[in-house]
Amino acid sequence: MNVTQLSVFMENKPGHLQGVLKALADANINIITLTIAETSDFGILRMIVSDVEKAKKALGDARFTSSATEVLAVELDDSPGSLLRAIEAFSKKGLNIEYMYAFTEKRGDRAVMIFRFDDIEAAKKALTQEGYQIVKKIDIIGQ
Amino acid sequence: MYFNKEIETMPLKKMRELQLERLKWSISHAYENNAFYHKKFEAAGFHPNQFKSLDDMKRVPFLTKQDMRDNYPFGLFAMPMDKVVRVHSSSGTTGNATVVGYTRKDVDIFAEVVARCLVAYGASEKDVIQVAYGYGLFTGGLGLHYGAEKLGALTVPISGGNTERQLMLIKDFGTTMLACTPSYLLNIADYIEKKRPDYDISKTKLRAGILGAEPWSEAMRKEIETRLGINAYDIYGLSEVIGPGVSCECQEKSGLHVHEDHFYVEIIDPETGDILPEGEKGEIVYTTITKEAFPGIRYRSRDITRLYREPCKCGRTLVKMEKVTGRSDDMLIIRGVNVFPSQIENVLMEVEGTEPHYQIILDRKAALDDVEVMVEVSEKLFSDEVKVLDNLKKKISDRFRSVLGISAKITLVEPMTIARSEGKAVRVVDRRKI
Repeated sequence: MNVTQLSVFMENKPGHLQGVLKALADANINIITLTIAETSDFGILRMIVSDVEKAKKALGDARFTSSATEVLAVELDDSPGSLLRAIEAFSKKGLNIEYMYAFTEKRGDRAVMIFRFDDIEAAKKALTQEGYQIVKKIDIIGQ
Repeated sequence: MYFNKEIETMPLKKMRELQLERLKWSISHAYENNAFYHKKFEAAGFHPNQFKSLDDMKRVPFLTKQDMRDNYPFGLFAMPMDKVVRVHSSSGTTGNATVVGYTRKDVDIFAEVVARCLVAYGASEKDVIQVAYGYGLFTGGLGLHYGAEKLGALTVPISGGNTERQLMLIKDFGTTMLACTPSYLLNIADYIEKKRPDYDISKTKLRAGILGAEPWSEAMRKEIETRLGINAYDIYGLSEVIGPGVSCECQEKSGLHVHEDHFYVEIIDPETGDILPEGEKGEIVYTTITKEAFPGIRYRSRDITRLYREPCKCGRTLVKMEKVTGRSDDMLIIRGVNVFPSQIENVLMEVEGTEPHYQIILDRKAALDDVEVMVEVSEKLFSDEVKVLDNLKKKISDRFRSVLGISAKITLVEPMTIARSEGKAVRVVDRRKI
């Protein structure tokens, strides 16, 4: 399913992540999962949060630049080779994954991966054609 | 070819006589018909009667941008308002806007000097001149428009922006000359490369760019000429004097001929106000000697240049000024290159979506100037993908190299992290110990 991810621009300096987290904590936002892409001078914090709109506003008030992006959440068996099979479905269609990361929490015996594509609908179609199960709904904790 | 051969090839001695006669008129016109000038001259102990030769210029007090702001809107006009047929105004980004007025005769002079420029670039009534300067209070659009019409060229008043349409009209109307800012012309070149690779500019009739309204370098000229295969000519002017057409290059591209039968020019030391000998570099000061509605007497332009007379291959005897690359109040010298914050701003503005919230940090490392430009990342610039932000940095830094000739480290920073004094960002932090 499509999940809305929140990305935040941060300078790669001590205290900046702290500032972002404080703004979110003060607004009572729960972070479901997160990953950071870092370069030498800046980083992009990507998160799935309990309330995107509220989080965006809280970050804006604290003068952080953020943006909301649709990403694809896929539930996989937590077993050897299951991620490989999902990726094969994308390769076959020539779809490039911009980036990906995993949910921190397991759902029963299943794992959840987040994928970022330029064309999310094409990616979904690729998975469906391979008979792949796309997560219909994710119960977001704290929502 | 000349638009006004007699004036444009007038021997120096005759030009000096003409200037003296016109200066006398202009100075007494300002004194007699404008209360501000009257008071200012009196306070300086100067009376127009004392003006007998060009040497007496040094006794005439200067007019500053601040004087213009203080007299907003019409306080410097020297004609009854019913004789004033047009006004133009500056944007006033650093204070009150400045307003200038024109009588019908002033409008004619404005058109004539622009027409002379166009002929100096090789234009005739057979040309199709597309005016892509903004039309409105800014002098660029209407200035070029009236000049092109005066010449008798086909004038296309498209105004600025809408690049797709600019390209369409260049092709469909057979535009031969495009008048716009040099940075906009580079934008057009980028646009063709990225979005219209099918558009072959060499198959159009476009052969020249009439470029002004911002400082631009020889490096930019070279880039424009190579990428578009046209001649890039400088047109210079300022609304406080008349607008574009105060001076222009000829096809030699070796300095700009000043239309000194209408604008008397001096070079002064910006610190002391003393007149410098011809050939020395300093601040250029303008005196309008024919204008009626708004006489500009010894207007301190803050533009830095040099004046020189040398026989020009084009045959014009008009004094030449060097291409203006900046202003006396904010010039930076980086690795020997003169750089102006306004040029940096232009570069950032060109890169789509960049808000000009930036700061330049100059430092000296191992005897070399180190330039870092910090740019605040707004929501418009931000992307969740690293490669997009990296590309943005690269694009800005490439532009710096080609436009300003300096390599700078670009650092993206969070919004509102650049120190602001009274709401305006502090543009330059110079940590160099020289």
